[in-house]
Amino acid sequence: MPIHEKSLIRPENIISHENLEIDGIDVSGHWSTFIKPRVVTDYNEDTEEEIAALPGGEFIHRCWQCGSCTNSCTVNALDPEFNPRYWIYLARLGMEDELLRDKDRIWQCVSCNKCTYSCPRDVNPEGVMKAMSHWLELKGHTPTSPSMQFDEEFSGQVFETGRIEEGRIIRGFFKRTGQNLMQDWLVELVKRLIRGLPVKLLMTMGLANIFRPRTRGWGPAREAIEEYVAERKMADRKALGLDEPGIAEQESEQ
Amino acid sequence: MSEADGKYRRVAYYPGCALEGSGHAYDRSTKALGKELGLDLVEVENWNCCGAMEVKNIDPKLQTYLSSRVMSIAASEMGFDTVMAPCNGCYHNLKKAEHDLAEDPATVAVVERLSEKAGHETYKAGDIETIHALDWIREAIGEDGIRERVKNTLSGLKIANYYGCMYTRPRHIFPEKDQGPNSESTYEPHFMDDLLRAAGAEIVDYPLKTACCGGAHTLSDCDTSTKLVLNLLEAAEACGADVIATECPTCHSGLEMHQIRAETRYGRKTGVKMLYFTQLLGLALGIRPRKLGIHENVSDSRALLKEKGLA
Repeated sequence: MPIHEKSLIRPENIISHENLEIDGIDVSGHWSTFIKPRVVTDYNEDTEEEIAALPGGEFIHRCWQCGSCTNSCTVNALDPEFNPRYWIYLARLGMEDELLRDKDRIWQCVSCNKCTYSCPRDVNPEGVMKAMSHWLELKGHTPTSPSMQFDEEFSGQVFETGRIEEGRIIRGFFKRTGQNLMQDWLVELVKRLIRGLPVKLLMTMGLANIFRPRTRGWGPAREAIEEYVAERKMADRKALGLDEPGIAEQESEQ
Repeated sequence: MSEADGKYRRVAYYPGCALEGSGHAYDRSTKALGKELGLDLVEVENWNCCGAMEVKNIDPKLQTYLSSRVMSIAASEMGFDTVMAPCNGCYHNLKKAEHDLAEDPATVAVVERLSEKAGHETYKAGDIETIHALDWIREAIGEDGIRERVKNTLSGLKIANYYGCMYTRPRHIFPEKDQGPNSESTYEPHFMDDLLRAAGAEIVDYPLKTACCGGAHTLSDCDTSTKLVLNLLEAAEACGADVIATECPTCHSGLEMHQIRAETRYGRKTGVKMLYFTQLLGLALGIRPRKLGIHENVSDSRALLKEKGLA
């Protein structure tokens, strides 16, 4: 994949000599500047496979670097450093150091699916972005992102009762992330909301906080889901070589 | 009249969680529209969340299971051949589940296992057809049907139609789209344009029909969402729109919420109003604004509608 990336040559990777003499020959001027060489040990050969093992990352190997994903990307339009095509390139080569430079950006994918829509190779770049941010978290490179905290709060409520109640999600998320619920814009939103709402609806919404909406007879589904989620989590950790000591040995004995 | 067709005149109705909360006006106006047009909506019994935008990030197959349970009840327990979801998220997830269950044996295995343990019929691909509220009105009534029934024309109201992401992307989960004339386009959707134009509205040329509002990160990455929404609102105004017509509760509340946030945080005030397409069609058919939940919208369109003689 000989993609020429200008940004790969960062200032710290450029070795420059004002006056340089090699084998008695003066090479000062243009010939005095070199790119720091990379060596085989700089690459992690497992990166691609690890990301491919996480849900969404399965088809990363199909990428042929056309750049349709980055070209269509919603977030890239706001932040030119948000570059799915480049991250897929780095993951496939195993250039983890370089990938980690953008570790606090990758979770910002808004799942608009424009990349997946335009990808000619069915890479599912949206899924790859999610697998990558999941990978960063599991490997301990980043804390759990705000996006994942929201997903966990939301999914937790779905697993528990079969349904969600929006007020509870908002409160749960703000609490989880240590944010003050009394944000000026949220207060303004509630003010405008209440202005138009009939008392009856307000009462219903208030009651939904006490009598949570739930799917009847959800118990068995909840159990099955929780069991499945636990299995999935273990499988993900195993794929990344994060098994707690002992588990791997137990399995090899079987 | 288009009733001769009879398609989608009686469908299973899957409102989803948002329509019981922030999208209540969408639920109300959809039901009011069905009633006015003589279309039967039978709510899916004891439904559950489809997984929204979140559960797939825990595990995509789990999301498919959640959506499949809804389809299983509608098909096996209630005997319906069509389920209608007005929410883009629900619609998208049911469509995705349909696709994955037809194409991916590993997903089928997970869904079988979970359905068995949960104690309900396993949903099998092809048992039911999922449609959006737009498909429902367009097939059951059609543009001509709307034109015949208009009591208060929407003429004079300039509308930008906003479809969002989940209604058209990714293409492969919507095999019925992009099938030439009369089918919906994933590149430039037009069903909402067609229906509202039939109701007399002036449809503005809005290039951001399928742009993203940042709904998935509406609270977890507020600044990004505000920027995306502000772009949608300002573009609509630049196109001359009075109203942005919506067909998804998450988009709708995202636009309303970040319109306020853009105003309070960045001092960027926009005046364009958000209305569900079902509310707009309802007004045209002469349904009372209260029954359509117009007063429940956070972006208050009552003065505008009064000025245009619609409320």
